[in-house]
Amino acid sequence: MSQIDTTPQQTLTQKLANPTRFMQLSGTLMPWFAGAAAALILYALYLAFFVAPEDYQQGQTVKIMFIHVPAAWLGMLGYALIAVSSFGYLVFRHPLADVSAKAAAPIGAAFTFLALATGSLWGKPMWGTYWVWDARLTSMLILLFLYFGLMALRSAIEDEALAGKLCAVLGLVGVSILPIIKFSVDWWNTLHQPASVIRMDGPTIHPDLLWPLLISALGFSLLFFALHMKGIRNEILRRRVKSLTMAEVDRARGVSASAAAE
Amino acid sequence: MIDLGPHAAFIWASYAIYAAVLVGVIGWLVWDGARLKLRLAELEARGVSRRSRAAKEI
Repeated sequence: MSQIDTTPQQTLTQKLANPTRFMQLSGTLMPWFAGAAAALILYALYLAFFVAPEDYQQGQTVKIMFIHVPAAWLGMLGYALIAVSSFGYLVFRHPLADVSAKAAAPIGAAFTFLALATGSLWGKPMWGTYWVWDARLTSMLILLFLYFGLMALRSAIEDEALAGKLCAVLGLVGVSILPIIKFSVDWWNTLHQPASVIRMDGPTIHPDLLWPLLISALGFSLLFFALHMKGIRNEILRRRVKSLTMAEVDRARGVSASAAAE
Repeated sequence: MIDLGPHAAFIWASYAIYAAVLVGVIGWLVWDGARLKLRLAELEARGVSRRSRAAKEI
């Protein structure tokens, strides 16, 4: 008589949610992501400074676009990643989902800050001002504050499980900022130009400028994922250190209790 | 030197801020990871181990 295998089958996400398996997989993937990112970013810089032409209206300042636009996309992608991870943590209780959300926050905040800073430096020569309270700029600033809020909330609560749950709720509520940022240039009158790459009728930007931008975006996206993997690995190590430290304290307490009993 | 026209300072400043922030983030992640690995190695050297690993050793 044949034996029936009663071992529960794990889905791919369940397999990846295992921290030990993630450490093995990310240890292999991360150097490739980082290497490919470095190569693509260097190539994009070469195209931006030596190949791409000046814009007929903006002149050489269009070179800021090659870093400003990827930063804005990745600032938003970081928050989308937090929202998906938060959903995974609240609904499926994946242990790695909370770690992923925590690791994505400072990286997403860095790219959002870079989008605001480079946009401001692009705005001064083109618009005549570093800052204006228009819909696109203000909604990106709110995104940065949401990142700060998530990081502050997590560091304010000592209980890791409670902090994870509260941050997941804030992460899901805050995701409503993403469509507001995307469509702000259509819904309101803004100084910021409307979308010229991701459009229903295709990009309106000339291919000589579009290609360096797409290569730059791909390079910085790979860098983002390499940094996110590194952040997750660090957080897994931090939690292991914490649990081992607590185990050591418990062991020391046990030894002193048994010594007192004797 | 590449001629970036009358607004060169804004272009160079953008790229400089970008490089500084990304180098900062990468440096912080690498330093944090190295510090945690060292701490973990110290704990394991003192004989503290995770239950899963201890169970396997048994």
